[in-house]
Amino acid sequence: MSPQKRVKNVKAQNRISQGSNSFQTTLSAWKVKQGPSNSKNISKHGQNNPVGDYEHADDQAEDALQMAVEYFEKGPVKTSQNKDKTLEKHLKTVENVAWKNGLASEEIDVLLNIALSGKFGNAVNTRILKCMIPATVISQDSVVKAVSWLCVDKCSGSTKVLFYRWLVAMFDFIDRKEQINLLYSFFFASLQDDALCPYVCHLLYLLTKKENVKPFRVRKLLDLQAKMGMQPHLQALLSLYKFFAPALISVSLPVRKKIYFKNSENLWKMALLAVKQRNQGPSPEPLKLMLGPANVRPLKRKWNSLSIIPVLNSSSYTKECGKKEMSLSDCLNRSGSFPLEQLKSFPQLLQNIHCLELPSQMGSVLNNSLLLHYINCVRDEPVLLRFYYWLSQTLQEECIWYKVNNYEHGKEFTNFLDTIIRAECFLQEGFYSCEAFLYKSLPLWDGLCCRSQFLQLVSWIPFSSFSEVKPLLFDHLAQLFFTSTIYFKCSVLQSLKELLQNWLLWLSMDIHMKPVTNSPLETTLGGSMNSVSKLIHYVGWLSTTAMRLESNSTFLLHFILDFYEKVCDIYINYNLPLVVLFPPGIFYSALLSLDTSILNQLCFIMHRYRKNLTAAKKNELVQKTKSEFNFSSKTYQEFNHYLTSMVGCLWTSKPFGKGIYIDPEILEKTGVTEYKNSLNVIHHPSFLSYAVSFLLQESPEERTVNVSSIQGKKWSWYLDYLFSQGLQGLKLFIRSSVHHSSVPRAEGINYNNQY
Amino acid sequence: MDSYDVPESTPSASSRPEDYFVGATPLQKRLESIRKQTSFIPTPPRRKVPQCSQLQEDVDPQKVAFLLHKQWTLYSLTPLYKFSYSNLKEYSRLLNAFIVAEKQKGLAVEVGEDFNIKVIFSTLLGMKGTQRDPEAFLVQGLILSPRLECSGTILAYCNLCLLGSSDPSTLAFQVAGTTGACHHTRILSKSQLPSENREGKVLWTGWFCCIFGDSLLETVSEDFTCLPLFLANGAESNTAIIGTWFQKTFDCYFSPLTINAFNLSWMAAMWTACKVDHYVATTEFLWSVPCSPQSLDISYAIHPEDAKALWDSIHKTPGEVTQEEVDLFMDCLYSHFHRHFKIHLSATRLVRVSTSVASAHTDGKIKILCHKYLIGVLAYLTELAVFQIE
Repeated sequence: MSPQKRVKNVKAQNRISQGSNSFQTTLSAWKVKQGPSNSKNISKHGQNNPVGDYEHADDQAEDALQMAVEYFEKGPVKTSQNKDKTLEKHLKTVENVAWKNGLASEEIDVLLNIALSGKFGNAVNTRILKCMIPATVISQDSVVKAVSWLCVDKCSGSTKVLFYRWLVAMFDFIDRKEQINLLYSFFFASLQDDALCPYVCHLLYLLTKKENVKPFRVRKLLDLQAKMGMQPHLQALLSLYKFFAPALISVSLPVRKKIYFKNSENLWKMALLAVKQRNQGPSPEPLKLMLGPANVRPLKRKWNSLSIIPVLNSSSYTKECGKKEMSLSDCLNRSGSFPLEQLKSFPQLLQNIHCLELPSQMGSVLNNSLLLHYINCVRDEPVLLRFYYWLSQTLQEECIWYKVNNYEHGKEFTNFLDTIIRAECFLQEGFYSCEAFLYKSLPLWDGLCCRSQFLQLVSWIPFSSFSEVKPLLFDHLAQLFFTSTIYFKCSVLQSLKELLQNWLLWLSMDIHMKPVTNSPLETTLGGSMNSVSKLIHYVGWLSTTAMRLESNSTFLLHFILDFYEKVCDIYINYNLPLVVLFPPGIFYSALLSLDTSILNQLCFIMHRYRKNLTAAKKNELVQKTKSEFNFSSKTYQEFNHYLTSMVGCLWTSKPFGKGIYIDPEILEKTGVTEYKNSLNVIHHPSFLSYAVSFLLQESPEERTVNVSSIQGKKWSWYLDYLFSQGLQGLKLFIRSSVHHSSVPRAEGINYNNQY
Repeated sequence: MDSYDVPESTPSASSRPEDYFVGATPLQKRLESIRKQTSFIPTPPRRKVPQCSQLQEDVDPQKVAFLLHKQWTLYSLTPLYKFSYSNLKEYSRLLNAFIVAEKQKGLAVEVGEDFNIKVIFSTLLGMKGTQRDPEAFLVQGLILSPRLECSGTILAYCNLCLLGSSDPSTLAFQVAGTTGACHHTRILSKSQLPSENREGKVLWTGWFCCIFGDSLLETVSEDFTCLPLFLANGAESNTAIIGTWFQKTFDCYFSPLTINAFNLSWMAAMWTACKVDHYVATTEFLWSVPCSPQSLDISYAIHPEDAKALWDSIHKTPGEVTQEEVDLFMDCLYSHFHRHFKIHLSATRLVRVSTSVASAHTDGKIKILCHKYLIGVLAYLTELAVFQIE
C-alpha cells in the first residue's frame, strides 16, 4: 500500500472513531507537531475556520507519523549528527499516536518488523513493542512475519518475552487466526525456553483447537511437567488438552486454584479498553474455556457436587472410546459437529441444531437457556430420557423431607427447585420428572418446607386427565389444605389458578397447532374439556369447604374469586368451549359479603360470564350445526338464576323472591321489617357507608342522614358516585345486565331459542 | 363443521403417527407406570421363593466365590448411555488415568501409561436372571507393588508422588510386599481373576448387574444399558471417584440404595424359606430403639432350623411368599419375644437381618453367603433398585 493511501486510511479511521471528542485528540496531535519544521505550516493555516483547522491538524499528525514510520523503515542513519534526538522525536510521535488513537494495521506491520529485526537497540525495540496498539485490528500476516523474525534470533530474550505478552494481550484483535494456527508447532517448540514457557503456554491455550491435540504433544507436555513440576500455566494447558482429548490425557485441577496465567495484559490495560470501545461492533467472542476443577468430592453426603447441576461439557469420551487411532472419517465427522462451548446465541443454535454436540451430562442443560430450547423441541428419546433420569434422581436425592432430621441442606434444595421452576417458566412447560417427583413426595410433605417452590411445581404439572391425577396429587393436597392455615389455603388456590391457566394455554395452543394432541391420555377435545371442568369443580368444592372452615374469611374469598376470574373468561380468552359457573356456596358468600371489593369482583365476574355465554350463544346460532360442545341449557339456567338473585338483591329490591327463595313467613320471623330493600345498592351492608358518605358529600351539615332518600335522579347520581369510587366491576355489571327503564328488570340470557 | 374438530386430511398427517411414537410415548408410558406404582401398593403382595437359577450354572465358580462373603454397599444406577461391552479395555485405560489424576490433584497423566494403580473391567458371564438381562460386569482397582525397574522417568515420578502423597485414602492402601520381579504390562485375560494375581492387591471392587430387570428394560431404547444394581466394596472415596467417572462418561446417576424395615422383613421371610443344606450362621435380627441419650439395640438370634420350622408352619402356597405370610412370620417372632421379655418389638425399627443365605443392613449393606441363592437375592435387590430409579 502506498504511503498516500495509508494516510487516507488513518484519517478515515480517526474520523469514524473520534466522534464527539475529536477536539481533544486533535489538540494533542497539534502539540506533537510543534516541531521546528512544521511551524510555518501552522501559522499559515492559523486563521482558517475551526473545522478545516482540525482536519488539517489531523493531516499533520498523520504526516508526522508517516515520517516517523519512514524513518524507522530506513533504519538509523549513521551520519546524522543528532541521531538520538531524531530517533527520540519519532519514537515520541509513534507512542503518542498509538496511545491516543491506535495504529493502523499497516503501520503495525512495519513497526513490528523493525522491533523484531533488531535494527535498533533493545530499549527502542521495547518501546516500539509497547506501543503496538491497533486502531481496530491487527492483520495476521504481520504477526506471521514477526514470528519469522523470532526464528532468526535477532532479538534478545526480553524482547521475545515482551512479544509473546503482546501477542497474548492483543490476541482478540488479530483479524484472522488460521495462519497463526499453522505456526502451532513453532510455538509449541518454544515451550522449551524456560523464560518464554508461561507466555507461550498462555498463547497456546488461546490458540489450541481440537486438531492440534496430538499424542506426541501430550507426551511432550507431560515431559515438561515431569521436568518442571506442577506449574499453573502448564496445568491449564494440560486441562485444555484433556478437554479436547480425554482419551489421551487425564488431569484433575485442584479445587481452590483460580489464576493459571501471569497477567500479560496489564501493560496495555487502558489501551485494550480503548480498542474495544473503538471496535464496538459485534466482535466474535473468543473461545475461552472454563477451567473448573473436576467435580469429585468424596464427602460423606454425596459425591456429585460442588453444585447439584453438572458443568456443561461436550460428550467427547463416548465417541472416541475404543478407537486408539482416529480415523480420517472420524476427524471429518468431528469437524462437522458444533461444540457446545461455542454456542452463544440463538441464531447459532438454529444454524447448528442438526449437528450439535450434546453435553456429556444432560443435567447441565438446566443452566443453559439455549440448550433448554433444544431440549424443548427435540424429539430424540435418549436425550429426553437422560434428562428425565438425571432430574428424577437428583430431586429424589436432594429432597430434604425424605431424610429424617436432615434439614441442613434445605437452602441448597430450595435453590435447586428455584432453578427448575425458572427453567419451567422459561419453557412454559413442566418436566415429567417434576410431576413424578410430586406424586412420590407429596404424601410425605409437611406443607411447610419449600412451600412456595413446591406449590409452583404443582402449577406446572403438564396437562393430563384429572381423574388420574386426583388420587395421586389432589387428594393428598386436600388433606393438607383442610388442616393448614388460611395462608396455606390461599397459596394452594393461587397455584391451582396458575395450574388452570397453564393447562388452558397449553390446550388452546394445542388445538391450533397440533390437531391430534400428543398426549395419549386425552385424545379428544371433549375429553380435555371434561378434565378441565373437573379441575374447576374440584376447586369449587375445595373453596366451598374452605369458606366454611374459615368462617367466610374475606381474605380467602379474594383468592377464590381470583380463580373464578380465570374461569369465567375461558371461552373468550382461550377460545376453548367451556363455561363453568361457581358453586352457590361461593356466589352467595360473595353476594352477602361485607366487603365492597368482593362484591365489585363478583359483579365483574358475572359481567364476564355474561360476555362469554353470549359469545358462545352467538357462535352456536351462526354455525347452526350442533356440535358436542354446545353448553347445556343448565349452564344458562344457572347463570340466569344467579343473575336474577343479584339484580333482585342489588337493584329491584326484591330479594328472596326469584333466584334465592325464602319463605316469607320465615323472613317475618326474623323481625326485620324492611327486608325487601335491605340488600340493594344503598342498604347492602357493604354499600351503606358509600351511601352515607354520598349524602354527606351533598349536604355536609346534616346531622342525620336518611339513606332511603336516594331515589329517582339521586339514585343515578349515587350510581355515578359509586362508579367514581373505583367500583368498575359494578359499573360493567349494571351497564350490561340492568335495563335502565322505568321498570328495571334483570336481563337474562335466553336459552330456549334452540332447544 | 365445528372449528374444534380435527381436520382430517392435512398434508402432514402421514408423518404424524411416527412423531407420536418417537416423541411422546416413552416418557408418557413411564409416567403412567409411575402413576400406577404410586397409586397402588408399591410392592407386589407375593414373590417367588428364591430358586437356583439355570443360567447361574454357567457362571465361573471362582468368580461367584469372589462375590460371596464380602460386604457390599448397594447403589441404584440409572441406565448407562452408550455403554458398550466391546470397549471394556478402553474404559479401563480411561478410568485408570482418571483415578490416578484424581489421586494426585493437579498433575496430568497420560492415558494408557503404566501406573501403580490398575483398573480392570471384566464381565461376569451368566450372572443374569433371563436372557434379556444385560451382562453383569466387574470393575476392580488393584494397587501394584512398586516396580523396581522402570521404563521411564515420568513413571518413577508418578509413583513417588503417589506413595509420598499425604492423601489418607492413598496411604490406606497397603502396598503389597515387594517381590522384586518386574511385571511388565500384563494384560489380564478376562477369565483370569485379578485376585489371583500375586503382584496386585485389590483395593476396590464394584460390580454392576441386572437380574430380572424386565420392567426397566421395556421402557428404554437400545442406546441405554440397564444395570440398575451396583455393589461396591472398598473405601468410599474410591467409590466416589469411580462413580463420578461413570456419571460423567455414561450420563448415569448413582444413588445409595437403602433397605427399609418393610423390605428387610421380606428378606427375612424369603431367606428363611430357602432350603440350605448346612447352616453356616444363625438367623439373627437386630432392632434399634430410638431413645436418648443413646439408642438401644436389641439383637435376637434364632437357630436357623427353628426359624425354618416356624416358616414351614406358616407357609401355605408352595414356591411363593405372600405379604400375609411375611406379616405372620414377623408377628410370631414378635409375640415370642414379648412372651419372654415383655417388649413389643413391633414398636421398634428393624435394622439388620442375617441368615445363612445372606445378611442385609438397612444402610444398604449386604453380604451374600450362599452361592446357591445368589441370583435370588440379587433379583430382589434389583427390584428395589428399579423401584428407586423409576
